[in-house]
Amino acid sequence: MALRDQSGPYFGEYGGRFVPESLIAALDELDEAYKAAKVDPVFQAELAHLHSTYTGRPSIITEVPRFAEHAGGARIILKREDLNHTGSHKINNVLGQALLARRLGKTRLIAETGAGQHGVATATAAALFGMECVVYMGEVDTERQALNVARMRLLGAEVIPVTAGSRTLKDAINEALRDWVANVENSHYLLGTVAGPHPFPVMVRDFHKIIGEEARQQVLDLVGRLPDAVTACVGGGSNAIGIFHAFLDDPSVALYGYEAAGEGAETPRHAATMTKGRPGVLHGARSYLLQDDDGQTVESHSISAGLDYPGVGPEHAWLADIGRASYLPVTDDEAMSALRLLSRTEGIIPAIESAHALAGTITLGKQLGPESIILVNLSGRGDKDMETAGRYFDILDAGAEQS
Amino acid sequence: MRSVESVIAARKAAGGGALVGYLPAGFPDLRTSIEAAVALAENGVDVIELGLPYSDPVMDGPVIQAATLTALTAGFRIHHAFEAVAEITSRVDTPVLLMTYWNPVLQFGVDRFADELLAAGGSGLITPDLIPDEAHDWLAASERTGLDRVFLAAPSSTDARLSQAIEKSRGFVYAVSTMGITGARSDVDTAAKALVARLRTAGATSACVGLGISSADQVREVLQYADGAIVGSALVKALADGGVTAVASAASELATGSTLS
Repeated sequence: MALRDQSGPYFGEYGGRFVPESLIAALDELDEAYKAAKVDPVFQAELAHLHSTYTGRPSIITEVPRFAEHAGGARIILKREDLNHTGSHKINNVLGQALLARRLGKTRLIAETGAGQHGVATATAAALFGMECVVYMGEVDTERQALNVARMRLLGAEVIPVTAGSRTLKDAINEALRDWVANVENSHYLLGTVAGPHPFPVMVRDFHKIIGEEARQQVLDLVGRLPDAVTACVGGGSNAIGIFHAFLDDPSVALYGYEAAGEGAETPRHAATMTKGRPGVLHGARSYLLQDDDGQTVESHSISAGLDYPGVGPEHAWLADIGRASYLPVTDDEAMSALRLLSRTEGIIPAIESAHALAGTITLGKQLGPESIILVNLSGRGDKDMETAGRYFDILDAGAEQS
Repeated sequence: MRSVESVIAARKAAGGGALVGYLPAGFPDLRTSIEAAVALAENGVDVIELGLPYSDPVMDGPVIQAATLTALTAGFRIHHAFEAVAEITSRVDTPVLLMTYWNPVLQFGVDRFADELLAAGGSGLITPDLIPDEAHDWLAASERTGLDRVFLAAPSSTDARLSQAIEKSRGFVYAVSTMGITGARSDVDTAAKALVARLRTAGATSACVGLGISSADQVREVLQYADGAIVGSALVKALADGGVTAVASAASELATGSTLS
C-alpha cells in the first residue's frame, strides 16, 4: 500500500481510540460523516469554494535567496501558509471540520489552543457559520498570547483559561475533552492537530494535505523537479503532515520535522517528543509521549506556545519508526535566531513555531549544499509573537536600541 | 477474598444493593488514603474503588482532579497503589478495584501490573479510557490472573457496544449515569435508568451506576433499578474537608441508602 493511502485508525502500532466510552458514539458519527464527505462532490466543492474565496488558497510559494545564503546556499522555497486568512495553516482544517459539524447539526464548536492560532481559526469559522464557540487555552498561554485571546473574543468566542496541570496546551485538550463528553449532543470538538482518537489524525491530515499538494506542483512549476527535502515544525504535527503527505511516496524527497527543544533536548525543559519520548497513550491515541517511568505525562517547555506539547500525532510516530521522516530538535535560541534572520533578509516575520522549521533548514541546507532544493512550510506569521519576540530581543521599550 | 460480583449479588439478594466508594490512593497522603479506604469499608461501603492518580484525568471533574494532583505532587508512585491495596485488603474483607487511566498500566507493563495487583489482593481494574476494542492485552492478562475488568457503558452507546461491554466486563458494568465527567450533581440523570434498562435487556446481571451520585437519597433511588451505586467526588470532598472522620460519616450516611428501607 502506498504510504499516502494510510487511513487509520492505526498507523503501524500508533493511533487508535483511548477515550471514555461516552465519546465513542460521537467519534463513530464523525467518522461516518467524514467518510461520506470525503467522496461527496458537494462537500468538496463547498470546501474548495471557501478556500478560494475566504482562506486565500492556493497559498503562494516564495523563494528566499537572501535567507538561503545563511543556509549553505541551498535553494530555499517557502510555502506561505502564513498568508492564509487568520494567519496560519490552521484554517484549512477548521473550515473542513466546521462544514462537517454543520452537516452533523452541531451548533457549538469546542476547541483547544496553544499559540492561539487554532483558536482564532475556530472562532473565525464559528463567526462565519453562526455557531457558538468555546476555546480552552492554558492560562500560561493566555498570558503569552494575549493578542490572540483578544482576537478570539472579538470574533465572539468564549475563551476559557485552563488552570489545571501545567496550564498549557495539554491541559487545554483535557478540558476540551471534558466539555465534549458533557455536551456531545450539540457540540463538535474541533481538534486542531493530527493527534487525538480516530478519526481526528486522519481527518485533520486530509484537510491539511492541500498544503503539500499545492506546493509539490508549485515547486515542479518553478524549478522543474521535486525538492530534495521538505521541512516543517512539529508540535502535534498538523502543518508537517499537511506538507509531507503529498511527498510520502516520492522516495527522492527527504522529510524533516523539527520539534521544539526548548532550552535544549538534554535539559528538562523541552518539547522534543520524538527525540526524548517513548510510546504511550495520551489524549486518545497511542504515540510518542514525554512521560516519566510511571507513565505520568511530563510537562513540556518551548518558547513557542504552539509547539509546547508533550505528545505528537500517531502518523508522525509511524513515519519516524519506518524511517520515512526524520525528527530533529531545535532550541528556543536557534528558532529565535532564525526568526530574526528571515525577518531581516526577506521581510517576512514568521511565527515562532515556523521559525523552528527555518532553523532546522539552515543546518540542513549546509549539509545538502548549494545544488539542493528545500521546501519549507512557513506555517504561520509572527504577528501574534511580537510580545514574546520583543521581550526575547529586548526591543519593546521605547528607549531600547536595535539589537 | 469475596469477589466483587458475589458481594454485589449478596447485597441485592438482601433487598438493597451495593455501595461502591471511590477514593484516590495517595490523597492527601498514602497513609491517610489507606485509613480512609478502611473507614469506607467499616462504614457500609461494599466495594472500594481506589483511584490511581494520573496527570491527565479526562474523565474526572475538579474535585478528583485536585485530589489526584495533590497526590502526584506529594510524590505518588504506582507501587504506592499496590501497597495501599495490600494493606486495605489485609485489614478489611471488602474487595478493592483499582480505577486507572490506561497509560500508567501500559508503561508499568500490563502483565506485570496484573501480577502485582493480584499479589496485593486487588480484585481488578476499572479503566475509564480503555474500551474493550483496545483492550486485547488487558483481556489476556485478566483472563490469566482472574482479575475483574470493569468497562464503561454510556447512554450514547449502541446496543452492540452495550453487549460488548457486558460480555467483556467481569465484576460489574459501570453504567455512566450522564453524559459528563465525575462530580456531584443535584439530580442523577434519568438517562441512568434508561441505560440500566437497556443493559438488562442486553443481559447484564451486575450493573452499577456512577457519576453525580452524592447523597443517600440518590443511592436509594439508583438502587431501585441498578445493582450498585458508585460515589466518588462526594467522598473525596469529605476527606479533603474533614479527614478520615468526615469520610467515615459520609460513607455511613450514604450507606443508609443502600439497605432495604
